Order: sequence, then C-alpha cells, then structure tokens
Amino acid sequence: MGRARYAQVAILVGVAVALQLLAQAGGKGFYLTQLTMTAYYTAAALGLCLFMGYAGQISLGQAGFFAVGGYTSAYLTTLDLTARRGEALVGLLARAQVLVARPDPYGGEALSVHPWAAFACAVALTLALAYAVGVPVLRLKGHYLAMATLGVGTIVYSVVLGTQRFGAADGLSGVPPFRLLPGVTVGGSAALRVQNYYVAWGLVAVSMLLFLNLVHSRVGRALRAIHGAEDAASAMGVHTARVKLHAFALSATMAAVAGVLLTHFNGGIGPSESSIMKSVRYVAIVAVGGMGSLWGTLAASAVLNFLSLRGTFGTLDDAVFAAVLILVMLFAPDGILAVDVRSALQALSRRARPSKGEV
Amino acid sequence: MLVELFFQYLVAGLTYGTIYAVVGIGFNIIYNTTGIINFAQGEFVMLGGMTAVTLSRFLPLPAAIGGAVLAAMAAGALIEVTFIRWLSRPSVLRMIIITIGISILVREGALLAWGEGVRSLPYFTGDEMTSLSVRGVHVSPQVLWALATCLAVVLVLGAFFRFTLLGREMRACASNRVAASLCGIPTRNMVTLSFVLSAGIGALAGCVVSPITYTQYGMGAGLAIKGFTVAILGGLGNSPGAVAGGFILGVLESFSIWVMPTAYKDAISISLLLAILFLRPSGLFGDREAARLKEH
Amino acid sequence: MALLELGGVSKRFGGVQAVKDVSFRVEKGTIKAVIGPNGAGKTTLFDLVSGFLAPDSGDILFRGEPIQGRPPHEVAARGLSRTFQHIRLFSRMTALENVMVGRHVKSRAGFLSGMLHLPWTWREEREVRERSLEVMEFLGLSALSGAEATSLSYGQQRAVELARALASEPELLLLDEPAAGLNMRETAEVARLIARVRDRGVTVLVVEHDVSLVMGISDEIAVLSYGRKIADADPRSVQKDPEVVRVYLGDEDA
Repeated sequence: MGRARYAQVAILVGVAVALQLLAQAGGKGFYLTQLTMTAYYTAAALGLCLFMGYAGQISLGQAGFFAVGGYTSAYLTTLDLTARRGEALVGLLARAQVLVARPDPYGGEALSVHPWAAFACAVALTLALAYAVGVPVLRLKGHYLAMATLGVGTIVYSVVLGTQRFGAADGLSGVPPFRLLPGVTVGGSAALRVQNYYVAWGLVAVSMLLFLNLVHSRVGRALRAIHGAEDAASAMGVHTARVKLHAFALSATMAAVAGVLLTHFNGGIGPSESSIMKSVRYVAIVAVGGMGSLWGTLAASAVLNFLSLRGTFGTLDDAVFAAVLILVMLFAPDGILAVDVRSALQALSRRARPSKGEV
Repeated sequence: MLVELFFQYLVAGLTYGTIYAVVGIGFNIIYNTTGIINFAQGEFVMLGGMTAVTLSRFLPLPAAIGGAVLAAMAAGALIEVTFIRWLSRPSVLRMIIITIGISILVREGALLAWGEGVRSLPYFTGDEMTSLSVRGVHVSPQVLWALATCLAVVLVLGAFFRFTLLGREMRACASNRVAASLCGIPTRNMVTLSFVLSAGIGALAGCVVSPITYTQYGMGAGLAIKGFTVAILGGLGNSPGAVAGGFILGVLESFSIWVMPTAYKDAISISLLLAILFLRPSGLFGDREAARLKEH
Repeated sequence: MALLELGGVSKRFGGVQAVKDVSFRVEKGTIKAVIGPNGAGKTTLFDLVSGFLAPDSGDILFRGEPIQGRPPHEVAARGLSRTFQHIRLFSRMTALENVMVGRHVKSRAGFLSGMLHLPWTWREEREVRERSLEVMEFLGLSALSGAEATSLSYGQQRAVELARALASEPELLLLDEPAAGLNMRETAEVARLIARVRDRGVTVLVVEHDVSLVMGISDEIAVLSYGRKIADADPRSVQKDPEVVRVYLGDEDA
C-alpha cells in the first residue's frame, strides 16, 4: 500500500544526503545554510500546495502564518522576565521549567520561555488564528477569498511592522538555539550547520510523506472533489466547509512550524517574512510546480528559493518571481511540468487571432 | 481647538479619500467590462505621479500632468495587450495572480527608473504654506483641487458612459459580452479601452494628490488593497458607491490616527475590508443577488 | 410510512414562485417520476429535497424525519443520493476516483488518520475501492475506471455519475434528467438501468423531460406545472388526465 510513496521520499532523502556530501567535499559548506533556509520555505510551500493545489482554494496570506509562528517563538524566547520573578505566575512557570534561564547578550542571565513551550504556543496561536479566520473567510470564493487572505497577511505585516515590542522594522534578533533532542539543536552556529541541514530537510521529507498519504486517502479525494465540483462534493456527503477549514489550518500550521524553526536557525526574524511579496512567492512556487503537484512544488521551491538566496537574481529578486508567476499563469497554468511543448506552441500561434467562439 | 483638529483630520481623510475613490472607480471600470479585478490599479496612480514629476522638470505643470496621464494610458493599453488580451476564459485565480505579477513588475520597473526616493509635484496653486480659510478651517487649496478632480472624473465618466456612443458600447460589453459582440461592437478593444480609462483617471488622481501625499515607487500595492476595499464597500461595479466608499474609508483611516498609533493605519482599512467581505459582500449600495452571482 | 414525504413545500425566488404547495409521497422500493414542462419547478424540487435549497414553507420527511433545510452533506449521510441535470463530475480525477468519493459517507478516515496512514485505514481504503469497482461493474463501466472522468463521452459520464451516486448505497436515489442529451437507444438503456437499480432495493425518484422513458418504468408519476402539482397517480391514469394533456399539448387538441 503506497509503496511508491516511500520509495520516492527515500530518493528525496538520498538526494539531500548526496547534496550535502557534495557540498562538503567541494568546500562549499556555506551552501548548506542556504539549502537549509530553502528547506523551510519549501515546507511552507508544500502546505500551501495542499490548500491551493488540491483543495483548489486561494491563499495570499501564507507568509502571514509563517510570521506568526516565527514571531511568537522569537518573542517568547527573547523575553526577559527576571524582573518579574517574584510574581506568582512567573514563579510557577519557572518551577515548571516552562521558563528557563538563558545567557543574554550582555553576559547576564535572562528568564525566557523554553523553546519547546514557545513552539507549542506558536502552533497553538496559529491554529487558533487559522480556525478563527478560516470560518468566515472560507465562505468566500474567487477574488473575495483572495483578497480576504491577502488582507489577513497584510494585517499580520502591519502589526509586526508597527509594534515596538516585536521590533518594528528591525524585527527580533538574539533568538536562542532550539534544542530539539539531545544532540540535535536548531541554531545558527557553524558547528551546527550539517545538523541543521538534516533537520530542515528531514522536516520536508516527513511533510512530503504525510501529505502524500493524505492526498491518496479519503480526505485527499474529498479535497480534490471540492476543487473539481464543490456542490457535487457536498451532495456526496463531503462536509465542504469543514474540510476546507482543516486544510487551511493544516497549511497554516505547516508554515508556522517552518517559521519557528527558521527563526531559531537564523537567530531572528523580520517583518519582511510576512510581506505580500513573500506570500506571492509561495503562490508563484505552487503555480510553477503545477497546482496539484506536491513534488512539483518541492522542485520549484528548491530551485527558485536556492537561487534567490544565493543572490542570483540580485536586486531583481522580486521582479523575477513576478515574471515567473506571470509566465507560468499565461502559458502553463497547470504548472511547468504539465506543459506539452508542441501544443503550447500551437496555442501560441492561435492566440494571436481570436479563435472561434471567443469574443 | 478640538473642533479645529477634528476638521483637520476630516480634510485629510477627504483628501486621501479622493485617491481611494478614484482607484475604486478604476477597479469598477475594468471589472464591469471584463470581470477582472485588476490588482495593478494602484500602480497607475504611482506612475502618474512619478512621470509627472519627471516631466515637470522641463515642461510647465499642466503639460507635465497631461503627459503623465497620456503615458499612464499608454501603459494601461500596453499591459492589456501584452498580458490580458490573449487569455481565453481565464479562471479568477489566474487573473488575480497575473495582475498581481504585473503590479510587482511595474513596481520594480519604477524602482529601477526612479529609485527609492520620495517625490512630489509642486502645489498647483501657491505652496505648502498657502491655505484658504473655509469657515475658520484652514484648508490647502490643493485639497480643493483634489476634490474638484474627483468630482470632474465622476461627472465626465458619467457623461461618457451615458451620452457617448463609445461609452454605451462599453456598457453593452460589460452587460453581456457575447451579445455586444454580435452587435458588432469590437469587444476586445472595449477591454483595452477600459484599461486605458482606468489608467488615465488613476494617473490624474496620482498627480493631483502628489503634493500632499507624496509619491513613491512602492505606493501602489497599498492603494490597490484600499481601492478594492472601497470598490467593494460601494458595491462592486457601482461607481458613485465607490466615491462614497472612498470618502468613508479615507475619513475612517484619518480619525483612526487619533485613537491608534499611526503604524496600524493600514490594519484599519484591511479590517474594514474583511468586515465587509464577511458581513455584506454586496457592499453598502450593491445588489445582494448580483454580488453572490458575481463571486463566481 | 413512506420513504420520502413532502408536505406543502413552497419556494419562491424574488418574483417567481418556483414551487407552490407541493405534497407527495414516495413509497419504498418504487420508482416515482416527476414530470412537467420546462420551468415547472422540477429541479428546484430536487434541490429542496437534497438540501441545496431550503423551502420557504412545508416539510420534507425522509424516513419520517424532517430534512428540510439540512445541508446537502447531511442529507447524503442519511441515505439520499443524487445526480445532476448538468453533469457534475469531479475534474482532474479518474472515473474510479469519482465513484470512490461517492463512498465518502460509508467511510471514516479523516485528516490525521489519512496523514499517518494508520493500519485501520488500509482496510477501509481497500473496501472503498472494491465496492466502487463493484458498482462500476454493475453499470458496465469497469473498462473506464482509469480514465480521466471529464474526458469520457457524454453518455459514459452520465453513467459514471450514476455509479458515483450508487456507491454510497443510498436508500433513495434522486435522478435529475438522466436521459438529457441521450439518443433513443441510450435512453432505453437508461430505463433498463433504473429498473435494475430499483431491483437492487434502491428507491428512485426521477425528474425527467422524456415522458416515454418514465411511462415505461415508473410506478407512480407526479406532474408539475408552474410550480404546482396537477396530477399524481399511476402512469396510465396520468396519461389520461385532461389537465396533464392540456399542460403538455395546449388547449386545442385535448
């Protein structure tokens, strides 16, 4: 049952390992940093692929959820509650190990939230937000849905940009490393580089597996049915509102988890992570990879994000994503991998004149 | 003192309201003719202001503005012909994504051409210190220029759509494209014309408010969202409604600064957008049934 | 107790009274047809029964329980399934996958169990697949299971939609103009199919434009005109009803 899936994911892991060894051998160890960041952005894109590609919905607010995750963990782990140690609640949390001491940048000690607790808060907050926002938003369709999700993302952006507590334009920095397991820590130091690479791509591999499983299951069919013909899906017993909502929450949570881990890896986060441009990038990646294709999204994300992070596009970074987006939407709306080159060329010559029946 | 402050905020709100209103009208023109929500609408405002500033260096102000409007119209036509014209029955998602992509490209192009700096046109009459006293309230004459322009746009467009052959043809196209085509109306050109018109009025608005609000390469995206909010608030497709919506949003935003840090100003308009979408997507003056149908 | 019972159901849209005070019963194990000229309110009636619309007034009882105003997925869960006048197959899915969605109400796997691919879901998936193939075989569609549903011919698509509706093992099947767009031979085939479905124990309520189709297979026929029911009896009697004749043929040759 689903043996092909496991093989495919195993190949992915194999490729990741090969890349890492190659980079090490070629003396380009610093590539790993960019590949690690690429992995986290890819995870967020995969979540969006599930929601947009399979369920056929629109979300221009994925970056907002990524930022909610990142900012929550950043804020909580950089708090300093030492001054309030005397308070009952603070004392209780400290004893429960929810609040822990960590070395602060000035050589002293700060009392902040334990990264695991912060992570849990980030996920909980994201879920709450996704469900709260999702209920009214997902009743909308077409451009109303697009605008509403865009609006949600923009509110997140405005809030983090405009609030001093969240670092305003500078964002939050000094985020401590996140010790996942003994010996596995997510953090920015060079010594942890290889570890972090595997944690990041491990996240991607696990997500791929979970999502592939989902897509080939009863829920996956329900999602695709909603995309294909929503009222018929409803007539066949699919609780369309609830399924869309769960898919939305899942997509958002994926972005938030990636956001948390990337924030610990980078040691900080800035408002640009929640910008419209970032949301558009996620959409561009899902579109290029083929709306309903998890592997396509993975490939597109890996390539585009890595090149972008390496600075290949220079100052034209945003423009490149926009151009890619437009080109794909104009010529290959089902994604690049689905393009049949010959028929595309035929279509191109036909499009120069109005075709029969088109007004 | 308080009353004076109130009126200052009100006037500021009305000033911004004119841009929002005009962007909203621009949305409506294109939406009515094509069913497309043109996310690049805000960029026309930016282009208008920026081009006028550049032209004003060697042309007298009226000529600079005229040139800017023409340039924006040309840009609108170019965009339509290059990207929109040859799509056959595109899905809503595709169109949204394409126009977002276009707006980003235009913005990046503007960044390349004009840099990050903030520009502004000179005041049409007097300078920033000039102010008229209207019943004890000090108002810059530029504000009156803005309001007058908005009014002129509404009136001229209204007359155009009502009384000219071309205007009626566009309305026919908006109402039923196939039927219009069967009547011999060149619907493809009507689509181009709708982009040209929207670009033109956007650019004009951009010029007239530039002295007060300044112009910068990145101002388009925010305007697009607010313009969309305004268009929906007034009922999508309903231009007088958009004007009302524009002023409502402008004033609301302006007064929000009174009670909330400026940084959250954008969040206000977006919250308004969300509230409308959730509670009354047909807007204040729109047709409920039509709104539900148009969603698809 | 009738399987389906409508009592005084009415629905208006703006100025149009689409359905006016319609009452009838559908007995278990029978085939009942609803006929009437265009605009008589037949599809509106279906939408009301299947939960896509809520009546302004009146009750709709399924197995004695009120279902008026309940959403479509809930109505489906109770054992009522339908097809659509304009084929609504799921694009980007194969014929088999379409039919498997029909089995949604008879399966349970959710998001978490789906993602984790829990062992109990393996058995459920297998069962869903086998039952779906069974239904397709019953309708002679086995060869088409791997084809992309919307690429099939019109007649084949209609059959797939029927298979999808049957996959949920409904007690009551609503068929909305099953013969629309089919030629005479295909229509006869559809009639045979409906009879076989009834023989499997499924009660059928069919809306149809093609009077000859329903005359042959129905146990009872209800006739609608401008939203009102003007006749409700066995085919023979309905054929002879002067009101029915007038509505269909006009006043001249009654």
